[in-house]
Amino acid sequence: MTLAIVNGHLIDPAAGTAAPLDLLIDGSVVAKIGTGLTGDQVIDASGCVVCPGLVDIHVHFREPGFESKETIQTGCRAAARGGVTTVVTMANTAPPIDNAGMVEFVQRRAREEGCIKVRPAACATKGMKGEELTEMAELHDVGAVAVTDDGRDIPSSWTMRRVLEYAKMAGLPVLAHCEDPTLGAEGAMNEGFNSTKLGIPGIPKAVEEIAIERNIRIAELTGAHLHIQHVTTAEGVNIIRRAKAKGINVTCETCPHYWTLTDDAVLEFDTNAKMNPPLREAEDVAAIIEGLKDGTIDCIATDHAPHTATEKNVEFGFAPFGIVGLETLLGLTITDLVAPGHLSIERAIALMTCEPSRICDLGVGVLREGGPADVCVFDPNAEWTVDPERFASRSRNTPFTGRRLRGLVKHTVCDGRLVYSA
Amino acid sequence: MREAPSTVWTRKDLIGIEDLARDELELILDTAPQFVEISRRESGIKKVPLLQGRLVVNWFHEPSTRTRTSFELAAKRLSADTLAITSSSSSEVKGESLHDTLANIEAMHTDIIVIRHSCAGAPHILARRHRSHIVNAGDGRHEHPTQALLDAFTMRRHVRKLRNDPDAGLDGLRVSIIGDVANSRVARSNIWCLNKLGAEVTLCGPTTLMPVAVDRMGVRVTSRLQEALEGADVIYALRIQLERQQRGLFPSIREYIRLFRIDNDSLRHAPAHALIMHPGPINRDLELATEVADGPRSVILEQVSNGVAIRMAVMHLLANSPRAQAAASAPQTQARQGLGS
Repeated sequence: MTLAIVNGHLIDPAAGTAAPLDLLIDGSVVAKIGTGLTGDQVIDASGCVVCPGLVDIHVHFREPGFESKETIQTGCRAAARGGVTTVVTMANTAPPIDNAGMVEFVQRRAREEGCIKVRPAACATKGMKGEELTEMAELHDVGAVAVTDDGRDIPSSWTMRRVLEYAKMAGLPVLAHCEDPTLGAEGAMNEGFNSTKLGIPGIPKAVEEIAIERNIRIAELTGAHLHIQHVTTAEGVNIIRRAKAKGINVTCETCPHYWTLTDDAVLEFDTNAKMNPPLREAEDVAAIIEGLKDGTIDCIATDHAPHTATEKNVEFGFAPFGIVGLETLLGLTITDLVAPGHLSIERAIALMTCEPSRICDLGVGVLREGGPADVCVFDPNAEWTVDPERFASRSRNTPFTGRRLRGLVKHTVCDGRLVYSA
Repeated sequence: MREAPSTVWTRKDLIGIEDLARDELELILDTAPQFVEISRRESGIKKVPLLQGRLVVNWFHEPSTRTRTSFELAAKRLSADTLAITSSSSSEVKGESLHDTLANIEAMHTDIIVIRHSCAGAPHILARRHRSHIVNAGDGRHEHPTQALLDAFTMRRHVRKLRNDPDAGLDGLRVSIIGDVANSRVARSNIWCLNKLGAEVTLCGPTTLMPVAVDRMGVRVTSRLQEALEGADVIYALRIQLERQQRGLFPSIREYIRLFRIDNDSLRHAPAHALIMHPGPINRDLELATEVADGPRSVILEQVSNGVAIRMAVMHLLANSPRAQAAASAPQTQARQGLGS
């Protein structure tokens, strides 16, 4: 059984390809890249971009423990609908993914019910308590691709040093949620004029910047690979830029909401504009875009964080942090980065494919003959309106409801299987 | 009533001062004097039938005596039926969501919901979804609109008396707000209200109790009390909560008193005509010395009396303005049109 994707514009940044080329898939692998190809089944990709399946190294699929928000099955479907074929799942489930058995559980559930590739991250410390190291060597052996206590930082600098040192030995990157544990305590939005107006306790930008700087210093001390999650502030980008210039082994990501929204989105007390780190200000949005342009920011991730409508439909102060992101990732990238000319479409695709794959050494995000057939076909000019009711995710918590976006995923293929068609 | 209202009330709710226009504020202030008179009737019948047959629910999620009593009295003087519900704000304790609770209350055909809540924005999200007229009686550190209105009303009455001008407004009036601005919804609503009415606002307090970028609200900020008192027409002391000291926001009560207390000593810097105001309840001899609180410049109890009149005016306008009623009977949407904030 072969599948041909024809008449499309193939963009594969890892291979340096950007040309009208067809793709022939045989079974789970790419059989041929060329022209005039055909197969048992044919997808006409006229007017569309054909690229490696997108890679998102920061998602919360909530299983086990919070299955009313999302499951591995529904999370995978949301990913497929967003053109994403590989995700790295965070470990802050209940119980947390802090031992080999839990890593195996996530992978088993993905095999049983998932339609895309789920690569678990494991906790950096047991129980995500920030105290004892997890068994990282074994975690690596059974399939964990990174360690992280995402959702919180590791408060003790001593422990953070040991995490980085040990993860380096285990061959795993440390995905760091950078947040000073006391400075922003009780905060629910960015601290600034808007938080003053609304009377909502603020989270100063320094909360994030102090922790980025500290974690980078410890990365420098240890030589380990530190990956900074969800960068949101102008100074955060500057700190990382300087660290990279010094040759420190640091990478970082940002998320679509940090280049599309400011804390003005909170002015209506919309709990779907509540996330951690919080939405910042216009100057930060500009700096995030600049960081994406000059390569300081290595990749785009969504921090897909589903919560039920019931949980979000409460007073702003009581609502949990986080928004879903998988199904708006491509649209927000095309609409607000590519269409205005900040990034070429090739670079934007790189930031969602080979670059994140490289950070967690996933071995995906490229199309080559004999390699896995993970493909995203999207129409870069098609316009659509974000309608959460149509999300495949179990949750609907997005601040982008009703927004017109450009860039629509038409087909997603994972390991040669058509897992989504618009 | 002497003044003819310059505009008509169109909003379904009163959520905050921030989004109100000057003429809307003045409409409320101009509607209140008739209600001051009602409360003072020599016949002893302090009641008018303007809200007869309507149901006003006082729904307080935070302890409050003064504001709750004031709203209840205001409703009763308008002949409304009143119901008081107190609940804890803690989402874990209550189990039922805010929207569900209000939907249940509304199922009993309420007209006006007066709500106080510890979370900023709670009245706002309710107003957007529910049919009743919502009156914000204080939400977190966000707004306390009726307090600002009764304060402006009190200031205006005194300015008119002082200048012997029955039409005088607050233009050019210098108001200094002293104390814990960061945690104060009263301060925020007063800043919006006074600025819109043309007054000049100075904020003064420890830097640790001053919110960031507050100068962008159009105020002067100082941490020197003398600077705030010099030239002030109104000195407005805020309540200092003792737990702020325990949380490390200022070193001691003793030092707070030394730097920021309004007493006869610090008042040497203020003009003789300056009014002393406070939203209550007072911490005697902490933010305000007894000699000042009970002194001749203090209009604190008058604020309380005026509070009833202002709340009568607000409820009357919400319940009896044709366009506000239309807004309440129309299906609620996510849009902001016609909403109070």
